[in-house]
Order: sequence, then C-alpha cells, then structure tokens
Amino acid sequence: MAFNIQESADAVAGAVPAPGADTAVAARKIEGRSPWRLGMERLLHDRASMISLGTIGVILLVAILAPVFAALTGHGPNQQFYAPVGLTAQGQPLGPSAHFLLGTDTLGRDILVRIAYGTRISLIVGVFAAMISVAIGAIVGLAAGYFGGLTDTVLARFMDWLLAIPFLLLAISLVTVIGPGLVVLLIVVGGLGWATVGRIIRGQVLSIREKEYVEAARSLGAGPWRIMFIDILPNVIAPIIVYTSLLIPVSIVAEASLSFLGVGIPPPTPDWGAMIADSQSVFEYGAWWYLVFPSAALLITTLAFNIFGDGVRDAFDPRGGQLFV
Amino acid sequence: MNADPTPTPLAPATAADDVLLRVENVVKHFPVQSGALLRRNAEVVHAVDGVSLEVRRGETLGLVGETGCGKSTLARCITRLYDLTSGTVVFDGQDISRLSARRMRPFRREIQMIFQDPYGSLNPRRRVGSIIGDPFAIHRTATGQERKRRVQEVMELVGLNPEHFNRFPAEFSGGQRQRIGVARALAFRPKLIVCDEPVSALDVSIQAQIINLLADLQAELGLTYIFIAHDLSVVRHVSNNVAVMYLGRITEIAPVEQLWQHPRHPYTDALLSAVPIPDPDKSSRRERIILAGDVPSPISPPSGCRFHPRCPKAAPTCVETVPELEPRLGDEGNHLAACHFPVEDGEDLSKSRPTISAEDRVIESGLLGSA
Repeated sequence: MAFNIQESADAVAGAVPAPGADTAVAARKIEGRSPWRLGMERLLHDRASMISLGTIGVILLVAILAPVFAALTGHGPNQQFYAPVGLTAQGQPLGPSAHFLLGTDTLGRDILVRIAYGTRISLIVGVFAAMISVAIGAIVGLAAGYFGGLTDTVLARFMDWLLAIPFLLLAISLVTVIGPGLVVLLIVVGGLGWATVGRIIRGQVLSIREKEYVEAARSLGAGPWRIMFIDILPNVIAPIIVYTSLLIPVSIVAEASLSFLGVGIPPPTPDWGAMIADSQSVFEYGAWWYLVFPSAALLITTLAFNIFGDGVRDAFDPRGGQLFV
Repeated sequence: MNADPTPTPLAPATAADDVLLRVENVVKHFPVQSGALLRRNAEVVHAVDGVSLEVRRGETLGLVGETGCGKSTLARCITRLYDLTSGTVVFDGQDISRLSARRMRPFRREIQMIFQDPYGSLNPRRRVGSIIGDPFAIHRTATGQERKRRVQEVMELVGLNPEHFNRFPAEFSGGQRQRIGVARALAFRPKLIVCDEPVSALDVSIQAQIINLLADLQAELGLTYIFIAHDLSVVRHVSNNVAVMYLGRITEIAPVEQLWQHPRHPYTDALLSAVPIPDPDKSSRRERIILAGDVPSPISPPSGCRFHPRCPKAAPTCVETVPELEPRLGDEGNHLAACHFPVEDGEDLSKSRPTISAEDRVIESGLLGSA
C-alpha cells in the first residue's frame, strides 16, 4: 500500500518537469497575449486553414522535388517521346498508363513531370508577385495616407486609374513591348496588382494618422518616415499579412492566364497556363487528361492558397472586410 | 535618479516672475472646404482667435472652457503640432512659432505633451519600453543598454514597475497607461509640459493619483505645466493661474483663488456656478446661472463679445465692440477680464436680463448648465 502511494507520487513528480512548482504557478498566471499570438492561435484552430496549409506544403514539396519526379520516371521535363512510346501512331497524345502516369502531351512529353516543374513557376510568380504587390501597395498606401494633400490626390487617382484599366489588356501590352520571361512576368503581375492593397492600406493609415500616439510621436520630434514605418506600419501589419496571402492565388491565376494567352513564360518551359492552352487542340480528339490534370493542379493550388488566405484574414483581421468582392 | 548623467534641470535661481512661455495673439483657423487640387477655402473654423497669455517658470496655468472652445487647439499650437495662422509663441526667450521642423527639434525636448486618452496615445503595437524610449531614439541620445536603463529610471520615477518595460500597453490599466504617457513626456526632463485633459478619461480615484503624481513631479523637477481640463475642481486644485476660454478667446485670466472669489466675466461666473457642491443644503441655496442656448458655431462666431448671445448681461455695446482683456473694477494687473459689464462681487446673475433684442440672442429651450 505504502509502496503504491510512493510509486504514484513518483509518477506525479515524473510528469512534472524539474522546477515543478514554479511551472505550475507560471501556467496559472494570466499572461498577456499579443495580437500576433492571438491570431496565430485562431489560425491554428481553424481546420480548413490547416488542411489548406498542408496542401500548400505538399505543393511546395512537389515544386522542390520536381527533379525527383523526373528521375523516378526517367522522363525529363522537356524530353519528347515519339510514336509509339509517347504518342499514338497518328501522332496523338497517349492517355494515362503505367509508363506515363498522367499521360503525354501533344509533343509526347510526360505531363506528370511537366506539372511538377510547372509548380515552380506558379509558386515563384505567385509568391513573389504577391510580395511585390504588397510592398508597393504598403509604401504607396502609407505615403498617400500619411502625407495627404497633393501626394494623396496624385497617388489615389493613380490607383483608381490602375484599377479601372483591365489587367489583362495592360499586362498583355506590357509583356508584348518588353518581351516575355519570368522577371517580366513578376514585374507585370506584381506591378499591376498593388492598387487594391494600396487603397486598403491608405484607408487604414488615414484613420491611424489621427490617433494621439501619432501626435505624440510628432510632438517628440519624430520625422514623417519614422512615424510611417515605426508608428503606423506595425498597426497595418495585419492587413499586409492578410493581403499577401490573398494575393498569392490571384497572382498564380494571373500568371496562368498570361501564359494561357501565350504571353507568359516562353516554351518549352513547363507552365500550367501554357499546358492548358496547348491541350485545347487535342481535347476534342479525346485527350481529356492533358486538359484535366494541369487544370486540376491550378485549381487545387489556388483553392488551397485562397482558403488559407481567408483563414489568415479571419484570424488576424477579424473586422476586415472582403478584399475581392 | 541622481545617477542620471544629465542632471535634472531644476528651475534655476531666477526670479519667480520669470516668464517661460509667452503666447501673443495666437490665431489658428482651419479651412473647412479644401479640394486638394483646387483650393477653395470658403469657410474657416476660428478655433483659436487671438489668444495671449504668459506662463511663469515652475507654475501651473489652468485652461478651462467648454468642449470646442479651442483649448486643445491652443495646446497644439504651443507645442507646434499645428502651424499657427498668425501670432507668436515665445518659449524661453526664443520665438518658436515660425521654426522649421528641423530647427524645432531641440525645442521638442523642452516642451512635452501629455494626452487625454491613455488608450489612444500609446501605440498598441509597441512595447512600453520602446514607447517611453522613443524620445531617446528620435533624438539619438541613448541606445541599447543605456536607453533601457534610462527608460527604467523614468518608469520608476512615475511609479511604474521597471520590470514591465517589455509589456504591451494593453496589459496596463487606464491609470498605469497615463503614467506611461507621463513617463514618455518626462524622458528628457522638459521645461514645459502641456497636459491636454490628462485625467478626463480616468476614473475619479485614478484622477487623484495622476494629479498627485504630476504635482510631485513638479515639485521634484521644477516643471511648468499648462493644464487643460473641463473639470473645474481639478483645475482649482492644481493651478496657480487659470485662463477661461470661450469660442477661441480668453475671457478671463486670474490667479486661481482670485478667479474663484471674484469672477468678473459672466461666463466665468456661470461656469463656477455649475461646479457641484457636495453639501446638499448649500447646493440648494445656491443660485445656478443657466446659460441659454448652445455654443455658437466657430465658423461664424458672434460679433463683438463672443459670449453676448448667451450672456444674461448682454447690452448693445457687447454686440458692437470686442471687449479688451484688461483689469476690471479695480482688479490687480494679474486679473484680466474681457467684459464690458463685469460682474460685481455679490451680484446675482440669475436675475439679470439682457438689454439687447431677442434676434441677437439664441432663444432655445434646450438649456445647458455647461461645465
């Protein structure tokens, strides 16, 4: 009996790490949680966000491991297989088989490997273009909102102008003038997508500018740049995070659209938009796999980022409205 | 405290009437309509309209008046948060009213401000240590450990636990937050602190703490305060002199007891009669002066004496000429009132009737006790 009590006491002591009493007290102490931590906790408890985050992780792995796909299948991303290995005798694509898991395309290339490589372009353009957009939008929004007056008028009108012009029209003409390529695509997608963010940040800054703590900073002698980046920026960091995550799927779709229209990444680099465009010529002859798999990749990726972005918004900016109505 | 390398600039051994701040004829107008490209300033708000006053070193000037009378605007003109429309602000012998932002910087250390809202005046996304350390960071006077040490020193001075410098403002109560605001203002041991309703947003019990803290700091550091409030008993408690403002102008300025005992301006009298008296017997015996109507719009202020539409003693002169701010009824030179018909000692204003026509007055049933 006494032995048993001793044992259970040991078990309890073992369950609590060395400074047992201290941690127990510390755990009971009410701890202030920063808005950042509250947001993270909300995000971690949202199942849809976590599932989409997992999906994003898988997509990221596919992008990183694209060469592994090539090595395992033994098919290079641009390697063509002629009839009868990769094409039918009539020169049509082959459907999914043990050899080509997702079939081949019009030139007898392995769609699986090309989708894996295409993930890289989509992610690079999606993430970096979104970051460029948000960076420009944040700086322009801060400047317009804080300085006000003529600066604001000029910047706000420019943002309106940018929003009024159809994105594809402007993007196509820009790419046509500069010439296609990854960097151009980044600049075009990132450089045209910031107006929404800029407007939202500007609106927030307009209200934050009137806060007493900004006045306090001015009365201490802080200059406009210090106020903008040290006093105001931390207060708009939530929308910045939210819109970065919401702009990623938008940028991915924009890149795919441009490639679909033939002004994106030049061939033969694997790209989802270009693959979907290419598939149209053979779809009516029954090559459904060439249309379905790249489209599914695009759909799953944008959906995952979108749902995750929504989750981030709900977690960090609960009062924030819809970005894209 | 004593380890501070820059010793506390205690009030030097100068005469008691040493003027630290002189405000002369300060005018601040805000345009109401302004397109950004086509500037059409059709109307202006006369927020502050020709205010002159002096604050001596080491004393506290109370500034009272109804909401919207221009107290806070005047405060922001003195601290140069606003550019003046006209007039001068002379601080410590230097005219600071036209200085550029760069030339103003050294004076920013000398003139500090404590804000009304202890919630709005602290950046919610920054830690307390960083907020209080702001003055050192902005003026690049201390970095790293040195800054932290001085921040903790100031925190201790205002009665905050120096261990808490890593917390966010949200983790403090209203009174503690106001202490943080005081600490930030004190970081450089300024000469003048403009307190813009520093206790109006606090619980009454906390108000006393903050007021006592401000008083202790004044005694310890030889600070000069401009204390804005609409709570007259608070102002009476802290001030040496009191200025009463109405619609952008000073109506009366006097040493605090002089003003309480012998108010000359009918507006001052009305304000004082609105102060609650804790004794119910005394309270019911007292005649309260009820002012008719509301404060007129500062966009088109009344002519002459701005108080005439609501004044129980208004006469045609009040509509026509602006009364000078000067000693009335043989008062001493430090008791100035802007009134053509100053209130005599013992006069009962609640029985006075204006002698001007009804059109010149605001006839409204919505009456305001005003305070």
